[in-house]
Amino acid sequence: MMLVRLLTVMGTLTAGLMTAVLLALWVGTVRIGAVQIMGILLGKLVSIPVSWSEAHETIVLSVRLPRALLAGTVGSALALAGAGFQAISRNPLADPYVLGVSSGAAFGVVMGILTGLGAGTGGVLLLPLFGFAGALVAAVAVYGIASVDGRLPIQTLLLAGVVVSLFFASAIMLASALVRAEELQRVVFYLMGHLRAVSYPTIGAVIGCVLMGATLIYAQAVPLNLLSAGEEAAAQLGVEPERVKRIIFLACSLVTGAAVSASGAVGFVGLMVPHAVRLCLGPDNRLAIPASLLAGAIFLILADTVARTVAAPTEIPVGAVTAFLGAPFFAVLLRTRYRSVYP
Amino acid sequence: MRAVEVRDLSFSYRNGRVIDGISFSVDVGEVLGVIGPNSTGKTTLLRLLSRVLVPEAGAIRLFDRDLQALTRREVARIVAVVPQEFQVAFPFTVEQVVAMGRYPYVRGIGLETTEDRLAVERALGETGTAHLLKKYLDQLSGGEKQRVVIARALAQDPRLLLLDEPTAHLDLSHHLEILRLLGRLKAERGLTVVLVSHDLNAAAECSDRLLLLREGAILTAGRPEEVMQPAIIEKAYGCSVWIGADPDTGKIRILPRL
Repeated sequence: MMLVRLLTVMGTLTAGLMTAVLLALWVGTVRIGAVQIMGILLGKLVSIPVSWSEAHETIVLSVRLPRALLAGTVGSALALAGAGFQAISRNPLADPYVLGVSSGAAFGVVMGILTGLGAGTGGVLLLPLFGFAGALVAAVAVYGIASVDGRLPIQTLLLAGVVVSLFFASAIMLASALVRAEELQRVVFYLMGHLRAVSYPTIGAVIGCVLMGATLIYAQAVPLNLLSAGEEAAAQLGVEPERVKRIIFLACSLVTGAAVSASGAVGFVGLMVPHAVRLCLGPDNRLAIPASLLAGAIFLILADTVARTVAAPTEIPVGAVTAFLGAPFFAVLLRTRYRSVYP
Repeated sequence: MRAVEVRDLSFSYRNGRVIDGISFSVDVGEVLGVIGPNSTGKTTLLRLLSRVLVPEAGAIRLFDRDLQALTRREVARIVAVVPQEFQVAFPFTVEQVVAMGRYPYVRGIGLETTEDRLAVERALGETGTAHLLKKYLDQLSGGEKQRVVIARALAQDPRLLLLDEPTAHLDLSHHLEILRLLGRLKAERGLTVVLVSHDLNAAAECSDRLLLLREGAILTAGRPEEVMQPAIIEKAYGCSVWIGADPDTGKIRILPRL
């Protein structure tokens, strides 16, 4: 019963994800036919007669595909982190940004850029780790500030998130003020939040981090369900609350760090996607976590496609699109579903 | 074999001692009522018995096993708790809440086995909550919700059931409904029950024996008619009471006197 539902939902969302990727490859300033796109993709796997120009192949395989993959990965990562943080804090308003973990990750990445360690081909692959390190420092700081007698009350958790977030935001400003103009430009460009075309190895590194984090988070799906009744009730059913919290903080920091290193600050996905998924599918994390992963990918791929085409040749920041598309969608969802769910 | 054996148990929070060297035991299939004034350590005792808290001194044995030597999951297969307050942060359905009781037996990602389904069905049947399956917890009345929380505890297939004020916020008829349910569980499942209650009439009626706590120590323990003596109750609560028998059933009744 549960398995059938899981497979149905995942099957539907996977089909949606593939459609979104194809759409992202198809839409753009340069018109390339849908048949040719399929040909270019299939041509990489089997030999078929070439009916497209080399320029079109370059656009699809070296510009649009890596960008769609990156958007999908960042979207999954942010949605996963949101789902994890919301479940562990028992608060639908928690997400990597609210808890300051994104700011920590951004600070880590900025440090990577400014120290020069994140430059060059090898350095670019290190940036997700800088992001992870920053995110983890922020998460540990939030945990440390918020915990009372080894427990993590929601009120102090959110306050600690705000404090840590503000701290890292100022730290980034301070660091930026102390560097030369050309470095500052790189930092500012990064902080604006771009899903620019990046190399496949970089995408591979980010995907690797996200898959690892996703596995860790999904393994805690049932304990997270039980924790929604509180730590004591969960402990009386055999859950080790502290252990679950540590794993979730670690894994969410990992995926947030990787996402933020690749895309800068993209908001709204981590907050909205898991909440929307729960409103549609219910709060069972066995379903909500993997569904958030796929829905986050679909959402950010579509948002990025809009961001790069709606005002072409000018690109608008993807973060602006996520909020612009997401807010009304979310409002409708809340008005139509909220009443049936929270009477 | 005793279901519960507590020896010289002590526990303190930061602001002072709450349980002060108490010893008692509960036989298998027995209902023990724990009564006493506010903040006298009753809930703390349940927390210690479910190993959410670790004793400062003394030992707890459940069914001849040392509680501190068990893993949390092992404890959860023996002991189920019906807490004073039960709330979920997200809108889970009754079905999902009751199924959570199967966690001590879960393997892998938690797909339901036949055994799980049977245990949940049995718990729903016993508590009369099967018709509520698709409802959300906050759509239920107080009495319905309490029965769902009890169903969740029963889905654990426990040998020992700990109840903390199970009738606290209920009106008269729901109150009776819960007490009848406890009676049935004792008779049909042979469950051992430790019941914390402020309602002395309910505690006296349901329990085989009563444990009267005051300031973390046992003031008196014994059969309800032994503990429910005006002098003892007045000493524990510091107010005067009338204790008599129900004219129809002959059961002990207690009334405070203003």
